[in-house]
Parts: sequence; C-alpha cells; structure tokens
Amino acid sequence: MSDVASSARGDLILSHLTKSYGDFTAVNDLSLTIPKGSFFALLGPSGCGKTTTLRMIAGLEEPTQGTISLGTTEITHTKPYQRPINTVFQNYALFPHLTIFENIAFGLRRRGIKDVDEAVNKALNLVELPHLAQRKPTQLSGGQQQRIALARAIVNRPALLLLDEPLGALDLKLRRQMQIELKWIQKEVGITFVHVTHDQEEAMTMADTIAVMNEGQIEQMGSPADLYDNPETAFVANFLGQSNLIKGTVSSNDGDNQIVDLFGQKISLRKDRSHGVDSSIYAGIRPEKFRISRLETATSGNILTGGKVEDVSYIGVSTQYQVLMPWGQELMVFEQNDDGVAPFSVGESVNISWEPSFTFGLRGDEDAEAGTEVNPDEDPGEE
Amino acid sequence: MTKIRTPYLLLLPGMVFLLTFFILPLINLAQTSTQTPVGGGDTGQYEQTLRFQNYFDAFIENREQFGRSFLYATSATVLALLIAYPLAYAIAFKGGKYKNFMLVLVIAPFFTSFLLRTVAWKQILGEEGFVVQPLRTLGIISESTTLTSSAFAVVAGMTYNFLPFMTLPLYASIDRIDPRTLEASGDLYANGFTTFRKVTLPLSMPGVVAGTLLTFIPAAGDYVNAAILGSPTTKMLGNVIESRYFRIVDYPTAAALSFTLMISILILVTFYVRKAGTEELV
Repeated sequence: MSDVASSARGDLILSHLTKSYGDFTAVNDLSLTIPKGSFFALLGPSGCGKTTTLRMIAGLEEPTQGTISLGTTEITHTKPYQRPINTVFQNYALFPHLTIFENIAFGLRRRGIKDVDEAVNKALNLVELPHLAQRKPTQLSGGQQQRIALARAIVNRPALLLLDEPLGALDLKLRRQMQIELKWIQKEVGITFVHVTHDQEEAMTMADTIAVMNEGQIEQMGSPADLYDNPETAFVANFLGQSNLIKGTVSSNDGDNQIVDLFGQKISLRKDRSHGVDSSIYAGIRPEKFRISRLETATSGNILTGGKVEDVSYIGVSTQYQVLMPWGQELMVFEQNDDGVAPFSVGESVNISWEPSFTFGLRGDEDAEAGTEVNPDEDPGEE
Repeated sequence: MTKIRTPYLLLLPGMVFLLTFFILPLINLAQTSTQTPVGGGDTGQYEQTLRFQNYFDAFIENREQFGRSFLYATSATVLALLIAYPLAYAIAFKGGKYKNFMLVLVIAPFFTSFLLRTVAWKQILGEEGFVVQPLRTLGIISESTTLTSSAFAVVAGMTYNFLPFMTLPLYASIDRIDPRTLEASGDLYANGFTTFRKVTLPLSMPGVVAGTLLTFIPAAGDYVNAAILGSPTTKMLGNVIESRYFRIVDYPTAAALSFTLMISILILVTFYVRKAGTEELV
C-alpha cells in the first residue's frame, strides 16, 4: 500500500466530473475544489447527484467523464482500497460479524499498521465509547453505531473523510448533539470532511463551505451566511430557509443601487446583490428581515404598502404572519416577539418594510417555486 | 389458561407424528439391532438376545463401504459447495429482477423424480452420451476409460442431486449481506479477495454450515446414486443396509449398520458445527 495514490494529500479537485446512467445524467460537468482541512457540505434534495458525487470520490462509482485529484495526484481510476479516503456510510455498514474493536481495526490491519491497539483505543476514546470495544454492532444503539462508523473511518487518518447522510437515521435531538460533536472532531483531527446531506440546517451548522446541488450541478457555493443572505438562484433561496420572491422590473439605477418596480411600488436593491441579467427580476427578502407595521407608524427603508394580515401563528419566540399584498401574493413575515408591540390581528391593514441591504435580486425568468417542493425531513433515500 | 396451553396444543400434531413415525420405529430398530436368528427357525425369524456384538461384526465386515460413504459424501459436499457458492453469490448480488426466476431454475430439477434424474445421469455419462467422447478426444481420459460404474459417476450424481440443498441456504445467507458492508471493506483498504475472505465468507457462514449439512447428511446415507451409477466396487453403506434388509433379510445387521451410520453422522456433525458454527452471527 505504498503506491502514490494512497499517500496523496492536498486539496480535493473535481474537474468536469460527469456520471450518466443511460439517458439519465446524475452528475453533470461538476468542477469544484475542496481545500485541505475544511469541512465541506454537499447539500441538495434527494436525486440531485450529491451521493453519486461522493461515491465517485470514494471510488465506488466510475465517472463517465472528468477527473478527481488529491493535491497533484490523480485518483480518478484507482480502486477504493488504494485511495487515502474513508467513508462513513449512510447506515454505517459496520461489519456485523466483528466486534467493535475489530471493526475499527479493520482498515489498520489491512494496511499492516503496527500498534493497532493503541490507535483503536485512541479512536474509541475520541468518540467516547471505549467501554464498547468487545460488543457486536447489533448490540449498539443507532447513535453509538454512528460514532463507531466515524471512529472506524477516522482511525485511518485519511486525507479525506466522506460522510454520506451520517446523521439521517438518528432522531432530532441526537442529530443536533452529533452535529456539534462532528464539528468538534473535525477540528480536533484536522482531516478534510466532505459531508453529504439534504438537511440545510445540518449543513449550515457544521460546514465552512456549502455547495448547493440541484439536478447534477452546483447551484451556488459559499459560506453558510453567504448562501443564506445572498442567494443567487431561486432554488438556493427556497432550499435554504424560506424566501419571499416578488416579481418586478428594474426601472432605474441610483449609484450602487438598482431601483426596482414591484407592482407600482419602488424599492432599492444593491447592485452587488442583484443576480438578474435583464430588467425582469425577482426581488427576494427573507421573512425575518421584514418589519410589519400599522399604517400610522413611521417606517424607513424599503416599504410596501397595502398589505392585509391573512393569518397569524404565534410560535413563542416569534410570530409568523401571512400578509396579502394588493397584487394577490401572500408574503411571509416572521416577527420577533421582543418589541412590546401588540400582535397584529387577522384582517388588519399593514405596511411592510425592510432594510434595503437585505434585498437580493434573482433572474426574472426563474421558477419562483424552485426548491420549495422539497421536504427537508423526507427519507434521505437512495439516489 | 388458554394462553399457556396454546403453544402446547400447536406442538401436539407434530409431536404425535414424530412419536409415531420416528421415535417408535427408532426404538424398534434399536431392538432389532441386538437380535439373533432363532435356532432352527425360518429365514427372517429373529429373537432378542441383546447381542451387542452385532455392531462390531457389522462394522468390521463393512468398514470399507463405511469409509466410502463418508469419502463420497465429503467429496460431493465439497464439490457442491464449490459449484453452489459462486452460483448463489451471482443470484444474490447480480440477479436483479431475475433473482426469483433463477431460484426457480435452481429447484426446477425437483419437478422430476430423483430416480429418473439419476438414471438420466447414467445416459449422460454413458458411451452414447456427449461427455465421454469429447473427454477422450481431448485426451483427458484414455480411450478405454468409461465414466459410468465408477466412483466419479457416483460422486457426480450425488453432487448434482444435492446441489439445490446447498444452493438455497447459501443464497439465503448471501442475500442477507448488506452490499454496503462490502463497499465499506473496499473503502477500508481491503481488495476483492480480502473482502471475500474477511467479510463475505464469514457473513455467509450460516449458509455454508446449513448447506453442507443438508448435503452431507443425505449424501452419507444415500444408496440410489451408488446403485444406479456405481459398480460393486463403489458400494456405499446405504447399499449394504438396503441389501441386508430386502435381499438377505438380515435385519439385525441392517439395523446395527443403520444405527452406526446415524451415530457417526451425528458425532461428525456435532464436531463440525462446533468448529464452524460457534461464531455468534447475526
């Protein structure tokens, strides 16, 4: 195991990676660089090609086209067992006939590494389960199996650790706990993590960089804050959290800003946050960025008038309103319950305002519903 | 009350059946095995004299056939395993939507009688068959060698006849293996052969144990294959028992041999299961 591929280190570089199954293209000309040592998430709905991408990196699928490199070493056609890459599988795939200790030792033994005991015990301590060494996988809970799967991969000190929906089978509470733990472990060991998930919250909590995938391609890549605050496509705007997208036209320019006409009302939008190509545009605003106010209250920033409260849901930390606008669209407004203002009631006439710098602009010919149909809590499923 | 009784009531028909058709005949067989001929009586008349020497005599007299039974049964079992494992593996992992169809093909021979199939093998291996001539032409066997009436034919017949018993349990346990564990093995630096040795084979051990038992046990007691495909020099213990019972009417020897065979198999199997099947499997 002393060949070039197994000792490769460095950034992971995917170049024009394509995978087709007959007529169906699962991954379409995907190029991407994942810096060494980062926590990277591939986020997207089932069937977007994220798992296929991960399997190609692991060597479990052969790309139809394109190359995969680790640093300067190309590994596109090397076998999985020749790559310095380990995977935490979706349902853990622990070896049921081996003890936990032997499960973790598996990779070390195959490579003929000495001091198996010490390395395995260290890995068991890292995941805080040293007392389970002699058990069989079926005697462990889902959360414990998850940690063992992680220990089994990490113990090999790979250049790259792939995580395929690793938390998908855990309940919500355990998932939150493991998210924090995974992030801590990643910092601790300093290995590049590539995490595949359909859960936007999970991706945002853990990753330094997220690539949002849709239909085999990357829609947008960036830090969680970038993606959330300044989405470039309707899919990203809807898949990561919720968005209000209002159809309009760019009517004029004002220095660094564009003035956008939304059904006769003018708002402003920073040019560097506008991703439209012509005058037709969708103005996007996150629901929590809206402020809702009674007609007599003075407001500043971008203002839309003529709203009528259609629905009020009080959910403790915030109140969620559905506000019907004169052009027939219902806007979502999340208002923090921290300003002492009496809640608005259904039927009340209101104005909506927001800080202009929160506005983002999307191409007017996009499908405003893209990414909304996806239920993030659905079965992770096969791709 | 009913709740407690129900399981026993469900057991009852099976127990009655086993008692009538297995336990009682077995006791009868045990009794017969220590009998001796009635002095001055007719052929087939025996009386109980508790002559345990019968066992020793029967064994000494037939030790050759005894050894042959185990040799042939072991050979057939090993051959069946070598043929059935790749077959079961292919059906389980590569069968896709044809899985069930392929399984039907595996058991399809059962739709014809066991005897008929064995007789067919006689034809296949015979002088007019399509096996002998090519082998002679290729020089694998000499011109004068025949395939029928040989140990080869007996073992081949047994291998063929018991193949489904090997294939089905193997398939069942290979099919249960999560293919992701095999991927995980590759991911953890094991090549194809190591993955087979360290993951696939251990996980399919329940099938290997079940399949070899289901093949070995009936094969060791079989006499049909040796009778149809063999010769006097390939006689197995089953053939001896058959002829003692139905031709020579020597019931005590036949019974003693039956018992000896049964107990030997039992000991061998216990030893084998201890050795191969103790590992706790899921």
